[in-house]
Amino acid sequence: MHVVLCQGLDDGPDFLSEEDRGPRAVNVDLQTDATLQVDISDALSERDKVKFTVHTKSTLPNFKQNEFSVVRQHEEFIWLHDSFVENEEYAGYIIPPAPPRPDFDASREKLQKLGEGEGSMTKEEFTKMKQELEAEYLAIFKKTVAMHEVFLCRVAAHPVLRKDLNFHVFLEYNQDLSVRGKNKREKMEDFFKNVVKSADGVLVAGVKDVDDFFEHEKTFLLEYHNRVKDASAKSDRMIRSHKSAADDINRIASTLYTLGTQDSTDVCKFFLKVSELFEKTRKIEARVAADEDLKLADLLKYYLRESQAAKDLLYRRGRALVDYENANKALDRARAKNKDVLQAETSQQVCCQKFEKISESAKQELIDFKTRRVAAFRKNLVELAELELKHAKGNLQLLQSCLGVLKGDT
Amino acid sequence: MKMATSSERSPPPFPEDLEPEPDEVGDQDSDDGEDIFLGADNPLEIKMDHSLPASDIASSTKPLSEASSAPVMDILSEPASEAFSAPMMNLLMEPASETSSAPMVDLLMEPASETSSAPMMNLFMEPASEASSGPMVDLLMDPASDDLKEPPKPDINPLADIINDAPLSEVKTPVAAMTQEPPSDLFDDEPSELFAEPRQSNTAKQQQTSIFDEPDEDLFSEPLGEALKKPQNDVFKEALAPVAKASNVCGPLSDNYNEDPTDIFTEEAITTLPSAVSTVSVNSKTNGVHSDEEEPDIFAEATVELSLDSPRNDRKKKEAAKPSASASAPSVSASASKPQPKTLEELDEEIEDKFELNISITNPEKVGDGMNAYMAYKVSTQTTLPMFRSKTFTVRRRFSDFLGLYEKLSDKHTLNGYIVPPPPEKSIMGMTKVKVGKEDNSSAEFVERRRAALERYLQRVVFHPSLLQDPDVREFLERDDMPRAHNTQALSGAGFLKMINRATDSLSKMTIKMNESDVWFEEKLQEVEAEDQQLRKLHIMVDSLVGHRKELSVNTGGFAKSVAMLGSSEDNTALSRALSQLAEVEDKMEQLHQEQAASDSFCFAELLADYIRLLGSVRASFDQRMKTWQRWQDAQNMLQKKRETEAKLLWANKPDKLQQAKDDITEWEAKVTQYERDFDRVSATVRKEVLRFEKEKARDFKKQIIKYLESLLQSQQQLIKYWEAFLPEAKAIA
Repeated sequence: MHVVLCQGLDDGPDFLSEEDRGPRAVNVDLQTDATLQVDISDALSERDKVKFTVHTKSTLPNFKQNEFSVVRQHEEFIWLHDSFVENEEYAGYIIPPAPPRPDFDASREKLQKLGEGEGSMTKEEFTKMKQELEAEYLAIFKKTVAMHEVFLCRVAAHPVLRKDLNFHVFLEYNQDLSVRGKNKREKMEDFFKNVVKSADGVLVAGVKDVDDFFEHEKTFLLEYHNRVKDASAKSDRMIRSHKSAADDINRIASTLYTLGTQDSTDVCKFFLKVSELFEKTRKIEARVAADEDLKLADLLKYYLRESQAAKDLLYRRGRALVDYENANKALDRARAKNKDVLQAETSQQVCCQKFEKISESAKQELIDFKTRRVAAFRKNLVELAELELKHAKGNLQLLQSCLGVLKGDT
Repeated sequence: MKMATSSERSPPPFPEDLEPEPDEVGDQDSDDGEDIFLGADNPLEIKMDHSLPASDIASSTKPLSEASSAPVMDILSEPASEAFSAPMMNLLMEPASETSSAPMVDLLMEPASETSSAPMMNLFMEPASEASSGPMVDLLMDPASDDLKEPPKPDINPLADIINDAPLSEVKTPVAAMTQEPPSDLFDDEPSELFAEPRQSNTAKQQQTSIFDEPDEDLFSEPLGEALKKPQNDVFKEALAPVAKASNVCGPLSDNYNEDPTDIFTEEAITTLPSAVSTVSVNSKTNGVHSDEEEPDIFAEATVELSLDSPRNDRKKKEAAKPSASASAPSVSASASKPQPKTLEELDEEIEDKFELNISITNPEKVGDGMNAYMAYKVSTQTTLPMFRSKTFTVRRRFSDFLGLYEKLSDKHTLNGYIVPPPPEKSIMGMTKVKVGKEDNSSAEFVERRRAALERYLQRVVFHPSLLQDPDVREFLERDDMPRAHNTQALSGAGFLKMINRATDSLSKMTIKMNESDVWFEEKLQEVEAEDQQLRKLHIMVDSLVGHRKELSVNTGGFAKSVAMLGSSEDNTALSRALSQLAEVEDKMEQLHQEQAASDSFCFAELLADYIRLLGSVRASFDQRMKTWQRWQDAQNMLQKKRETEAKLLWANKPDKLQQAKDDITEWEAKVTQYERDFDRVSATVRKEVLRFEKEKARDFKKQIIKYLESLLQSQQQLIKYWEAFLPEAKAIA
């Protein structure tokens, strides 16, 4: 299946509300900088991959041109992210979270099932279902694109990361970066690394921090991360049942329509009218669910990953602190034994520098994180409330006018 | 079934061998015929095929009888059924009676036929006197049609109707045979026959003969003249009057009439005549509308008249009495046959116009403990309908009582093609929960759901003009100590049996290829089936909506808690407060979704469930029509076979068996006519019922769905309120 998505002129279903198309607006509040602007201008969905067209506008001298586009795949985004994470230089920064893998499996599966069940339903039902699924697919697609774009925008807005060479290559090199997905061995390694890291993280977290600011941030982020995780899962469930309810209303509307067309008595008009109403309200209901998804669930999901990234930063700092303390101890031992003192001194110096560097940037990063978070939540919650109001009022109006007609009839 | 019960109950009225005749003659107008025949025949044989008509009559009579005193009621209702079936059998058996079979059919078919039983007398008389000869046969062959043509003055409509009616026509037909002048003589002859025969048999008693003589003269002299001059109306009156009288008199004739007038007019005797008279008078007023209240009075008068008249042999009094009776007879017959549907419709509208009956079911209450526990409901009725004893009354009923009521109504009315509203289904799951005594939400919801369903069920029953007339309904609403309905266990067993029956029915439906003469029925049935399908689908979807909405409510609650936690851990104060506000909004939304789920279920899903059940009843009435059609067809086939055998016998020249064959033919001819009329009647009822059903459906759907939409509207209003309150909080985040 091919879905070409042009963000500029998409007339797809109204899952994403028109007023806030830009994904930048969705989750993070970024200061725009004319020197480097990145967006995803187009995306193409193929059988098992999505091709994003990454469009860059820049006045920076590193780039050969002022404006250019390349085609990138999800794996290349991951590569970029991993390169940031692995770079020791960036240990003191919150690495923007990697975008989630595009997942159309569920949606494709549904579409396939629909194709199989084509014989068992009426033509109207089939087209309706198909439209619905396609809309769902498109919505997921758009969200995927938005997530990838947000990642690039975050990087482009970051004072340090934007200067990264890999990033520039990613943006400019118009060939395939020929990054491959990780093979089994590497995946296993990753897995073990993660296990070690999380075990270590517990260990490191147990260490009392000398700095009150970081001590506070540590406890806050630990709790915050868990809660935002929980809230994100709960919001997903809530929205899922909201969507199911909207689907039910849709089916009720079409059955009422059938009832209305086959009835010979004067109730038929009544059924048709109610069917028409439900058809409209279910659209609104679906949009309520979609907007909640966009404004609430996506926000929470993003901050789930972002808080993880912040936690990772704290872990790195904590690790550096432990290393520094160990180096201090080693230096003390060396001095006591008067053996390898110089070596110990240098290593202690390195550790100290590293720790201090991380601490210095981390403090600012965490403060920025908080500012971003508050701004994003404000924006999204205000928009959520406004959309909820808009939809509820729309629903109310539909109901009122329909009731007016129905009561006039009787 | 019906037949069995009626057979069991029949004995009481017979005190002695001789007496039964008069008694039952008196019983009811309808009974007359039966009793007369009974005298000669074996009463047991009476109960054969005719369960249908018998039950009809029984049911139709009951409402009438209810109003009057208790003994009367019994007499009227129970023996009546027997009475009707009996003559049929007799007729079929006796060669002489063949002739009368056609009219009999009419009687049986018409619910109001009690009144028309008078002609029955004639029938009976005729066979007795004349060994059924040529004319009789004629009667059989062309029952009503000839008569229709012959009486040439259909100036007055009721008259025409009367003529149409088989009983009356019969009365005329013998006349036709006897006399040369068609119209006038017809009428003359019939009475003459009637009276002549009794006379012959009872000549021994002078008083009686004199009674009969006088009337005869009157009848023949004056009426004749009138008949010629005026419309036949009068003639008919006169002609019928004697008949009515004759029914009373004939019994006494055999007995010692003079000596014990009281004996003769035992309860039954008294009641029967009056009933005839009463219906008559009612008819004259309202043309077939049985106004129950009036009955008692009429009844009283009638009895007085009778007791005075017969012993004294006062000719004048008799005559005076006759006209009233006679006047009634025609109108009765008129109302009995054709106007019947009309009157029902009138009744219908009347009731709909000033529907003065409110029923509510409240206070579901658990009675007992453990598995024997049950829920009792308070059934309160508020009414201004005069047929109830008081204006407001309350009874307590349990679920099985409701089921029992349905069983009773269904047994009586489904056969006639009525759509009997079905009660809610038994729910072992739900009830067990209640019995176990868990005071949780779901069992409370179950009880409320059931209460509402029962209320709607009962309202549908009383809203049905015919069902409202049923004594069982009134008993259900009024009687304090309701005998417990059958074992509920047995009931669910019956439900299972019904399922099997339905399966076989649908099988036979497939095998029965009904070449539908009436497109309306075909289309309607298809419509009903399609609608049934769609409603089932819709019901499943609404159920799923209810499920999802409940799920949404639970998940919203979960999210609310989670957001509250998130808010508490957020270290920006304004954001923290906004999040806890959001949590509150979500909390309220949880409640809102919960309420909405409830109204999805109560307003919408329950309505659909009701109508899925009701459509089942509608289909049952269509099936009933099909069955009567099938019976009619079978009878026709049988008749064809009998005719063939007769032809064969004729050809084989076997006169000994020929008579039997002829009897068979007449028997089956009668059946065919009867079944055809059955079919027509059921068809008419089904059509009327379906139209009524559709009207009610439209009203119900409109009402309920508007209510449902209003609930949706309300929750949207709440939603707006909540989010409007939240918006400034979100904006306050800094």
